[in-house]
Amino acid sequence: MRAVPYEEYLRTARIPHIWCPGCGHGIALKAMVRAIDQLGWKKDEIAMVSGIGCSGRAPGYVDFNTLHTTHGRAIAFATGVKLANPSLKVIVVTGDGDGIAIGGNHLIHAARRNLDINVVLFNNFIYGMTGGQVSPTTPLGCNATTAPFGNYEHPFNIAELVAAAGGNFVARGTVYQPVELEKLLLTAFEKKGFSFVEAMSPCPTAYGRRNKLKGPVAMMVDLKERSVPLARAKNMGEPELEGKIVTGVLLDRNKEEYSEIYRKLTARLGGA
Amino acid sequence: METGNRPAPRLLTGNEAVAHAAIDAGARFFAGYPITPSSEVAETLAVLLPKAGGVFIQMEDEIAAMSAVIGAAIAGAKALTATSGPGFSLKQEAIGFACVTEVPCVIVNVMRGGPSTGLPTLPAQGDVMQARWGTHGDHPAVALCPERVSEAYNLTIKAFDYSERLRTPVILLMDEVVGHVTEKALLVPPDPAALPDLRKPVSPPEEYRPYRYSGQVPPPLVPFGQGYRYHITGLLHDETGFPSNDTGNADRQVRWLMDKVEANRRLVTDFETVDVEGAEILLFAYGACARSAKAAMRLAREKGLKVGLFRPRTIWPFPYEELAAAAGGARVVVPVEMNLGQLSYEVMLALGGKVPVKPMYKVGGEAVAPEELLAFLEGV
Repeated sequence: MRAVPYEEYLRTARIPHIWCPGCGHGIALKAMVRAIDQLGWKKDEIAMVSGIGCSGRAPGYVDFNTLHTTHGRAIAFATGVKLANPSLKVIVVTGDGDGIAIGGNHLIHAARRNLDINVVLFNNFIYGMTGGQVSPTTPLGCNATTAPFGNYEHPFNIAELVAAAGGNFVARGTVYQPVELEKLLLTAFEKKGFSFVEAMSPCPTAYGRRNKLKGPVAMMVDLKERSVPLARAKNMGEPELEGKIVTGVLLDRNKEEYSEIYRKLTARLGGA
Repeated sequence: METGNRPAPRLLTGNEAVAHAAIDAGARFFAGYPITPSSEVAETLAVLLPKAGGVFIQMEDEIAAMSAVIGAAIAGAKALTATSGPGFSLKQEAIGFACVTEVPCVIVNVMRGGPSTGLPTLPAQGDVMQARWGTHGDHPAVALCPERVSEAYNLTIKAFDYSERLRTPVILLMDEVVGHVTEKALLVPPDPAALPDLRKPVSPPEEYRPYRYSGQVPPPLVPFGQGYRYHITGLLHDETGFPSNDTGNADRQVRWLMDKVEANRRLVTDFETVDVEGAEILLFAYGACARSAKAAMRLAREKGLKVGLFRPRTIWPFPYEELAAAAGGARVVVPVEMNLGQLSYEVMLALGGKVPVKPMYKVGGEAVAPEELLAFLEGV
């Protein structure tokens, strides 16, 4: 593996970061930085946009054009950024609460439009920053401060939802498999059109300690044991897949991108 | 439509005039969501923007529209959205974000009656205080109120200008009468020289402080992608833009947001006075109510009543001193509003009890008829 000059991409003056020991978000962010480094993107041409929550702090630590917006709306802000300056590479970092609860509508519509932005969702199954409330991806029966007797709601399968909504690329990885995650991110970033990568990330502080996953190692082992590559999952039945995390590329296609369609329209109208 | 270089008068609605003004002010981005009675702003820009090489996008909801507008502004576009009461309520959090991050943008609100879904197709002035205090926390507000179509055009251009200069969201607060009335208007596009590019950097990237508080106006908000990699956050932040928990910094920042608008009162204060000299009764009216007031004044004159009018075009910041000066000789001040008293309380504040205030309010979805206002004036 080649050496990655992380310091070139990080705002080292902003570190230490706020993420807890054992949090997976730093691993996911590093994987993003490696993918960007491999692509050779210039820092000036990258806009990283986030919402609220632990994931929302990621842009503050990287030396790009960075925008930390309101809760759930990062994709909507990013839509404006990208359309106003299509030469920017726009990456949204969001979380399960930010991206699929309060911001779920923006996520599915951005996928539908197939605008050329890249959404990376750090899924840690919980509202971490606010102290461990149940999220739309908290597994059935698991504990949270607002589900003290176990979660009685079914969780979202986010990647499948996004793949059904549209877009050109949808994938899921975990921070237990950072090299695989990096490859998925690389493909996503390169892809023209809407791309979405769900990165499963442990939260020992707000999730693990309430759910018999005592500490970061136990959570990593849990991620490892629950992960199933898509190729293997295809031969598994629904009961067997219960509680599993299917990883890999769920959608990869080349539908015409939003701005291309819009540019054709403006050209036809003489707007150039 | 145009004869030579001189624009000819044309027949159009207030909503259409706003759309034309946005283009003439240099706006090249609109994001919106359908809502009565503002939809014609979006519909007109859906025609005009692609032809002008700009971006028109109908978003999935009101919040997304406001967010996209702010995002576009950060990337360098002059951007606007248009909405009405319920949508304005939904946009408030994002408007606060634009206030604290000091991102220029324009919000057109063609008011309807409320609360809630209210009376979507009928006139009201229900959002006057929402325009001032709608979003949480201490924040500045600049809101402009046109009374006719030509003024809707002119004030839209001013809204962009104030927004760029002060780096703050500006609200064009229209009512349904002005939005939907079709009338003759002369649209005079601004001189391009009067529209300077206020996003141009004035310092090299290493010296750039997007939130340096000095002087009367903020430093330029350099668009993303020009080599000035900085951070924008809705958290309170220091002059670099990065979040700060320092209480002294927080105090300075919030005060600055308010002070920069106060310091530019002379730039944004805009009002009209009619027959104020010698008036015994001073009307205070804005938007469509001002038209009712002017018609009532003509009727009152025939009856020998001495009635004047103070009409703010800029309602926020409120012209306290200017109103007090105009009301000095009056026996009574009569605010006229299509609500149950919003700016009337500012009028009382401005007059400090020195002149009695007897407001006339109208809700229910009808504009104020000149005859009913006259009858009211005969009773004060």
